[in-house]
Amino acid sequence: MSLFNVFEISSTALSAQSMRLNSVASNLANAGVVSGSEEGAYRARQPVFSSIYDATREATHRFSGVRVDGIVESDMPPRKEYSPGHPMADNEGYIYRPNVNPAEEMANMISASRSYQSSVEAMNTTKQLILRTLTLGQ
Amino acid sequence: MNAIDAQLGISPEALLIRSRRFELIANNLANADTPGYKARDIDFGEALSRARAEAGELTRTHPAHLQVGGGHNLSIKYRVPEQTSLDGNTVETAREHAAFMDNAIRYQASLNFLDSRIKSIRSALRME
Repeated sequence: MSLFNVFEISSTALSAQSMRLNSVASNLANAGVVSGSEEGAYRARQPVFSSIYDATREATHRFSGVRVDGIVESDMPPRKEYSPGHPMADNEGYIYRPNVNPAEEMANMISASRSYQSSVEAMNTTKQLILRTLTLGQ
Repeated sequence: MNAIDAQLGISPEALLIRSRRFELIANNLANADTPGYKARDIDFGEALSRARAEAGELTRTHPAHLQVGGGHNLSIKYRVPEQTSLDGNTVETAREHAAFMDNAIRYQASLNFLDSRIKSIRSALRME
């Protein structure tokens, strides 16, 4: 029965969105980490999603969810701050803060949790329909 | 097509297509944040008449009509978005939710029809 494929599809969404939530958590946790060099500064990470497509399957089953292609680090330069008294400061007295934008991360987090919810809801409805289908004719 | 199939009517095909539609909508919801993804849906009326044609109730009126097998060659179409996002994604979560619920209710309706037909076949067999 093809209703079971809904579970497969929705579960790919759940794992992709939870990976996104993980990267938000990592970004926010590291938002305050100060570094003594530009290379050593933490950079915001984001997962890149793509849809799973399998041309060998029949038409309706070709699209079967979403996957994470990889994690990319933001290209934005870390925030450079003049703070000669800081123990991590480099020779010129600069420290480097991560390029994490907390407002962006919060918006990302809400979007991820909403998408997670909608996939869970889809699975829930499907479960009820499958159970009803199983009692057909009784 | 045997007598029991005829008695069950259109509901089995309808359920099959509805369940395919669930897959597509679930996939749209799963890809709500995928850049460049285009939302898809099934034209239910067209898919059902194709399934019936395959079941022998409708004939192919044109040689270009596709031969279908078990309602697999469904007419999948792209949804026309109200508003696309900057990354080219056309999934509108609210619409997909509405379509999902709509599909769920219609699936249950088909299920009820099928259920009552099965019950009437059973009572006919028992000769009560």
